[in-house]
Amino acid sequence: MPSALVEKYFRADKLPQIWCPGCGHGIVTRAIAAAIEKAGLDKDKVCVVSGIGCSSRAPGYLDFNTLHTTHGRALAFATGVKLAHPELKVIVITGDGDCTAIGGNHFIHACRRNIGITTILYNNNIYGMTGGQYSPTTPKFEKGTTAPYGNIDKAFDVCNLASSAGATYVGRSTAYHAALLTSLVQNGLNNDGFSLIEAISGCPTYYGRKNKKGDAVNMMEWYKNHAVNIAAASKMTPEALEGKFLIGEFKNSPEPEYTSEYQKIIDRMKKER
Amino acid sequence: MEKYEVRLSGSGGQGLLLAGIILAESAINEGKNAIQTQSYGPEARGGASKSEVIISNAEIDFPKVRNCDILLSLTQKSYDQYHEGLKDGGILIIDSSVNVGEDHGMHQVYSVPILETAVLVLNKPMVTNIVALGAIVAITKVVSHDALEQAVLSRVPKGTEELNKKALALGYEIANNASRQ
Amino acid sequence: MKRKHRLMQGNEACVEGAIAAGMKFYAGYPITPSTEIAEISAEKLPLVGGKFIQMEDEIAGMAAIIGASLTGLKSMTATSGPGFSLKQENIGYAAIAEIPCVIVNVQRGGPSTGLPTSPAQGDVMQARWGTHGDHPIIALTPSSVRETFDLTVRAFNLTEKYRVPVILLMDEVIGHMREKVELPDPSELTIIDRKRPTCSSEDYLPFMPEADLVPPMADFCTGYRYHVTGLIHDETGFPSNSYQVADQLIRRLMDKIEMHKEDIITWEEENTEDAEILLLAYGCTARAAKAAVKALRSKGVKVGFFRPITIWPFPEERVRELAEKVKTIVVPEMNLGQLVLEVERLCNNVTKVERVNKINGEIIYPEEIIRKVEEVL
Repeated sequence: MPSALVEKYFRADKLPQIWCPGCGHGIVTRAIAAAIEKAGLDKDKVCVVSGIGCSSRAPGYLDFNTLHTTHGRALAFATGVKLAHPELKVIVITGDGDCTAIGGNHFIHACRRNIGITTILYNNNIYGMTGGQYSPTTPKFEKGTTAPYGNIDKAFDVCNLASSAGATYVGRSTAYHAALLTSLVQNGLNNDGFSLIEAISGCPTYYGRKNKKGDAVNMMEWYKNHAVNIAAASKMTPEALEGKFLIGEFKNSPEPEYTSEYQKIIDRMKKER
Repeated sequence: MEKYEVRLSGSGGQGLLLAGIILAESAINEGKNAIQTQSYGPEARGGASKSEVIISNAEIDFPKVRNCDILLSLTQKSYDQYHEGLKDGGILIIDSSVNVGEDHGMHQVYSVPILETAVLVLNKPMVTNIVALGAIVAITKVVSHDALEQAVLSRVPKGTEELNKKALALGYEIANNASRQ
Repeated sequence: MKRKHRLMQGNEACVEGAIAAGMKFYAGYPITPSTEIAEISAEKLPLVGGKFIQMEDEIAGMAAIIGASLTGLKSMTATSGPGFSLKQENIGYAAIAEIPCVIVNVQRGGPSTGLPTSPAQGDVMQARWGTHGDHPIIALTPSSVRETFDLTVRAFNLTEKYRVPVILLMDEVIGHMREKVELPDPSELTIIDRKRPTCSSEDYLPFMPEADLVPPMADFCTGYRYHVTGLIHDETGFPSNSYQVADQLIRRLMDKIEMHKEDIITWEEENTEDAEILLLAYGCTARAAKAAVKALRSKGVKVGFFRPITIWPFPEERVRELAEKVKTIVVPEMNLGQLVLEVERLCNNVTKVERVNKINGEIIYPEEIIRKVEEVL
């Protein structure tokens, strides 16, 4: 029996989803639905847009107005939706490859415009849909099918990238820290401008297996033991933080939102005529 | 008059694009057909640039100027580049700074101090194009004075009407004083 | 008093036509020689309550107009060669997801950066087959400023009516030249809006076609919650791996064009009744061809003129009929032979087909066409 949350926000007839056993994407998707519930959004006024990849299959399971676009372009399609109808809540679900490789340009410019889109980046550190190639977030020296001897690229910190590019709300959580993830997405939805929430989601099938991370449970335990909330990190010594990664709310600094700035132009021109 | 092909040449920044548009609009004011085309790209930012106008009572099929009836050259470089496209017996209007030598064929050549008038007399280089239009229309009568003035006034920025009228009148004056070479 | 006749640039007429047709959204990226279309849209759209956005690249421009159209706004983008190449993947998306949109391509010399400020007609085949896979497309080619206005209106009408992306295939000459035009009064125009569902949201099947093969389209976020994807999908809009669904969907998309080709295809012809030689030309080249016909007729040469206005789908039936009547068809175009391939196919070696090609960035001159006609006489 599906839970009330699933019943309300998922297209139950499309379940079960296509994701592999142990994949974190289902947890992340449920966290988004929980955040929408908490934010009290009208389902008919929510548009969920995705690109191509494992994460981008999520909108198919969600009972909103859902748009599954081309690889990397979710934010560009979403920009059209949002500017055309600023009253809509536009959510983009994307992945590390989709958002920061092929869609990297759209990503930094959506951040820069501070357009009212809440983006949840499912980061599994690998191209899962195509079978395990290294992505812009695969850590240096780790392996993918296209990096059989270890990846020599430096990985993106997608939160730093979003902050520097101009996103006004930025946070990170993991599939293990689902409650935190829900509250970050909820805060992101409440931010008028561009929000980026990185959701670290384990891929035991490709990333885990290629890099000897163990099974899904081992990966979850690793997130549990290595994630440090930014609020706690400030009280910790550099030695204690060694080998850890930060989660939590990294940036919350509202600024004027793009489509409302555009509306001001329309209103001003109306007055002047 | 059946059909006139006019080529306005000079250097980028002399306002020849606008001059072409105004000339074409003058023709439309008289109920004629007109097409204006121009050179684009780096050429329009210096070097020799051109703006072309075809004026006709009939429908204009081919839109580009090939062998023109009237050629304006405000600079030596533009004269050198474009004078071969002037028809035998065509009208060549050059700024007085341009040297055409002896070899200007069968053309009717008018040397007119257009740049000097705009820069030294009016002290407004930006009206070079309007002075040039006055001179062209005075010499060729390709459109009427009234049609031209109406087109000029509808295109120039508000507050510059008097200046442009004066530039137009001076263009007429210097052209009428210029003798055919 | 408002002047009826105006001097107007082709690119400006495109925006005037788009706004007259109800365009409310433009997204694009600056590229010569189409940039004026973006500039004028940026100026005019906010004045009619519409939206303009300069995107970060050409791909994003195409994506954004699809997103906006899905919410119900009539949307357009404009570009030229390199940008047209970049937009292709999302043009395919618009074709499979049946999202109305207008794509203007003011052709310049290619390949690659090519001749950015010079005209060409090298994108004829790309307009038809630029995106991968079998897909429906409509392409219209104006040959005057006034016709640019008319065909932009028509492009919107066709894309709204059939939910097929429509390409307005202009060229640098038509885009940049200024010509005397008299625009129609808005009351004289026929404006078509997409069919929207009349059923309840519970009964709505977003990709269930009606008898005209076109499914009614609900504006996103108006209570009809549905899924849109670039994957093969069934009438519910959800992806399917069924061979049968794939076959049915692609055939229906193509049949939308086939079923309505009489409504979609238009052309202009002159002097074809007694013609022995037919000049078949489009875009700016058609103007040279028309001048050539006049010059040749004045010398007593029996030459006719045919101009496809809709080039995709190509006016096959009419060209086939004419091919049976004339001895030779001469096809001048500013490429090394693209639309001529269609003509040759239709003539099937029965009627002679001659080419006049130019790829140096200059428009084809009337005398170049005349020379070819005199050669084949």
